[in-house]
Amino acid sequence: MNGLLIRSLDRGATIFLVIVAAVGILVPALNLLLPPDSPFHVPTYLVALFGKYVCYALLALSIDLIWGYCGILSLGHGAFFALGGYAMGMYLMRQIGSRGVYANPILPDFMVFLNYKELPFFWYGFQSFPYALLMVVLVPGLLAFVFGWFAFRSRVTGVYLSIITQAMTFALMLGFFRNNFGFGGNNGLTDFKDILGFNVQAQGTRAALFAASCAALAIGFIICRAVVTSKFGKVLIAIRDAESRTRFLGYRVESYKLFVFTLSACMAGVAGALYVPQVGIINPGEFAPGNSIEAVIWVAVGGRGTLTGAVLGAVLVNYAKTTFTSGTLVPFWVFGVVAIAALAAVVMNVASKRDALNGAAAGLAIAFMAALLLLIPQMSASATLAPVLSNWPFLVAILFVLVAMGMSWHPWPLGAVFGALTLAFFSTPFATVALAPYWLFALGGLFVIVTLLMPRGIVGTIEYLWSERRARRDSAAAESAATVARPAE
Amino acid sequence: MVRDRLVAWVLAAVLLVVAAPGYAQTYDDALTKFAADSFNETEAGIAGVAASGNARAIDVIEALSDQRLLFDPATKKIYIREKSGRVLDASTGTEASAPADVKTVRLNNRMRRAVEAALGGLTLLSADSGKRYEAAQAVFKSRDAAALPALDAAIAKETSASLKRALIEARAAVVLYKSDAREADRIDAVAIIKARGDQDALALLAGLPADAPPAVKRAASDGVAAIQSQLAMWAGVQNAWYGVSLGSVLLLAAIGLAITFGVMGVINMAHGEMVMIGAYVTFVVQETIRAYNPGLFDYSLLFAVPLAFMVSGAIGILIERGIIRFLYGRPLETLLATWGLSLILQQAVRTMFGPTNREVGNPSWMSGAFEIGQITITYNRLWIVVFCLSVFAGLLALLRFTRIGLEMRAVTQNRPMAAAMGIRTSRVDALTFGLGSGIAGIAGVALSQIDNVSPNLGQSYIIDSFLVVVFGGVGNLWGTLVGAFTLGIANKFLEPFAGAVLGKIAILVLIILFIQKRPRGLFALKGRAVEA
Repeated sequence: MNGLLIRSLDRGATIFLVIVAAVGILVPALNLLLPPDSPFHVPTYLVALFGKYVCYALLALSIDLIWGYCGILSLGHGAFFALGGYAMGMYLMRQIGSRGVYANPILPDFMVFLNYKELPFFWYGFQSFPYALLMVVLVPGLLAFVFGWFAFRSRVTGVYLSIITQAMTFALMLGFFRNNFGFGGNNGLTDFKDILGFNVQAQGTRAALFAASCAALAIGFIICRAVVTSKFGKVLIAIRDAESRTRFLGYRVESYKLFVFTLSACMAGVAGALYVPQVGIINPGEFAPGNSIEAVIWVAVGGRGTLTGAVLGAVLVNYAKTTFTSGTLVPFWVFGVVAIAALAAVVMNVASKRDALNGAAAGLAIAFMAALLLLIPQMSASATLAPVLSNWPFLVAILFVLVAMGMSWHPWPLGAVFGALTLAFFSTPFATVALAPYWLFALGGLFVIVTLLMPRGIVGTIEYLWSERRARRDSAAAESAATVARPAE
Repeated sequence: MVRDRLVAWVLAAVLLVVAAPGYAQTYDDALTKFAADSFNETEAGIAGVAASGNARAIDVIEALSDQRLLFDPATKKIYIREKSGRVLDASTGTEASAPADVKTVRLNNRMRRAVEAALGGLTLLSADSGKRYEAAQAVFKSRDAAALPALDAAIAKETSASLKRALIEARAAVVLYKSDAREADRIDAVAIIKARGDQDALALLAGLPADAPPAVKRAASDGVAAIQSQLAMWAGVQNAWYGVSLGSVLLLAAIGLAITFGVMGVINMAHGEMVMIGAYVTFVVQETIRAYNPGLFDYSLLFAVPLAFMVSGAIGILIERGIIRFLYGRPLETLLATWGLSLILQQAVRTMFGPTNREVGNPSWMSGAFEIGQITITYNRLWIVVFCLSVFAGLLALLRFTRIGLEMRAVTQNRPMAAAMGIRTSRVDALTFGLGSGIAGIAGVALSQIDNVSPNLGQSYIIDSFLVVVFGGVGNLWGTLVGAFTLGIANKFLEPFAGAVLGKIAILVLIILFIQKRPRGLFALKGRAVEA
């Protein structure tokens, strides 16, 4: 067990876990401990927003596990997410008790409204939190198991599988929209009061939920790493790359797929369960096929088969969505921190090249970093400047990253295109036009651009460039070693 | 005018013969009862006027039912206000000037039934065959025994077979409910009503009063059973027709996909948007025609079909050249890229035309309906079935008999070999994709006639169309045809038992199970092409 843990956590994975842990501790701490007028205070609504991103990240992780490592493209993972959410929502509904509008101690409001005489049998037990938690994992897991058992045993693969998973979530959506299905019809479940005796709206509860989401993300990540770095994971990759050959070698392909599909559905269910109390509502719209496909694009943007990429993609795309649909919502110092981290990476990367142009870029970057550190407190003081300034450090940092990438990226126009797009993407908060109508253009464009120009995704591309550079360096070293060795002959 | 009067006199004469001499009240006596301003007196007045056989009786009763019958409380005179505003003296029929304080003769629901029955009896002998039919139906429903003599007279006089049947049915209904009629007559009446065989007949037989003789009751319950089985048969026919209609819509939406997905193996999630673009082309064509030449409106669809084909086809070729050709052999990436494209196209249409539904009109030859037996068939549904089958036949012919069809089939079956024979495969790819998209555009023209034209039009069809193609079997147009009609009919037959939504869910679940059993569809391709 110990060995498995050590093997699964390489340097990148450890860094990722440290970042998740830092965010999971820092954000609630900055929210709870600092006074609201402090520049580093994180408002409560942002805690809920970030919590939503973290839940999406866990969903993306679960998709990456099956798509990136086993080649199963599920277009119905939103269904597992929503089922987990409904299980949690049912617990929260039972906790309302007699505080509902109709003050019925047993029946939730919508049941009183729809003339239910007694609780439907599938609502039994949901007043207990452990039972609800069990259902959060069990219901999506069971559905995935049954569905996968049928699908994988009869060797439904590729796009056929994608289409029937999509049909599955569509069918569930139609069902949950019905009033007599017993889940609140199109209004869904909402108006929650308590979770484990704490008010769901309260600042402390929100912070705790955020920390719990980060913990779930970290645990999910460790599980995924453990799966993909084990021998089992090697077989999964073999199935992804050559399913028939793996079968001919004597592996029971369907059992491997079934296990990983079920595991992934359980993770998606947990993500949904954490999502619901932070958002405060669950309705059948979560089953919409479009949601599931959107989750797939998060993974594609970040890089499939990288796990960290899935998380990055989920956060980036959803941040962009928030920006487009309601303006920037993130305090500027977050950009500062991201900018410093990005710059540090660029500086380390560029400085190691030791030529004049890169040296200049590195010098500029260092100067900028220093200026940024000095400027942060001043910027926050000015109320009028804060919204404008909130983005520029990050923008400039991105620009630097792009310059550096453009230089090291081999077909350099790719780097330039990527740079221009990213720049446009993040500079949008400056524009005065209403952006909401353009979000779908941006999202649609993202699908096309990522599949055409960057099929590896962000993290995948970086890893690829990294390994290519190392290969070049190694071969160069081997060559020079050979020339050195020759005279001795 | 002269003819009308003549007819009125003839009618009056007939009615005088028909009306039994036992009805002693004269027309004028009956009229005065309306002036009493009491419901009971008014009812007696209705009976009296109806029985008097006077030529103006119909006018009086009609005026009463439309609240146009006036009375003067002082002089007890009755007036009819015509629809044109003219006021007539009811007893003489001449134009009169009504005093200022006239009141309307009031009606309640009980009397409305009496009015209807009286009208039914009176108009049974009307010269207008439409009115006679309506009167027969009214008597059939009211079962007023007083209409019996008028009915007998009308039956003897009627020349049209269908009207005669309606009259005989009405008479049977009256006889069946007349408690002093002979038992044998009533049993005959049951047989006549049974032959009619619709919902009304069913209600009539089922609602037989409890005091009817046992033999009549037995005959009636047999009749109920017979009508019910007949109605069930018609319901089955109706469901089958609805199913064919739904199947034709599914086929139209899926047929383009059967080419791009089935023949080329490209997953085009933007297919629904091609349909949507076709519908918007129809909208633009109709708006242009409305603005410049409204007389051509009936032909708008004839312009829209080729235009929609060209617009959607051109966009399809652009998509193929711009995006999809880089993604051949990577179906999952194609799926994602085209999904993104569908978002862009939807949003573009939303930006250009607004998010709300746009109105697309039906040309006159597509509106209206006709009846066969117990079912109603609307012309637009019928035309869509015809249109869809002709598009299907045209496509088959194109693939079978033309040069480009031959090249398409060659490239599908063996790409390297086709290339070796000198076929420019990339050009064929683009044209095939354009063809599939163009047909989706044509489907959009048809769907604009029965569905809301909104940016979300395509989305509602995309999952269904994929299921049709997958169910029917990839790479086989006949499979798509069978798949679409099977799904359409199955859906409509499930609906009465399970409701619309549950029926749809059941279909989805059944298809999911079916794909488990036959992963390559009903008409699966066999041989090496399968794994390629």
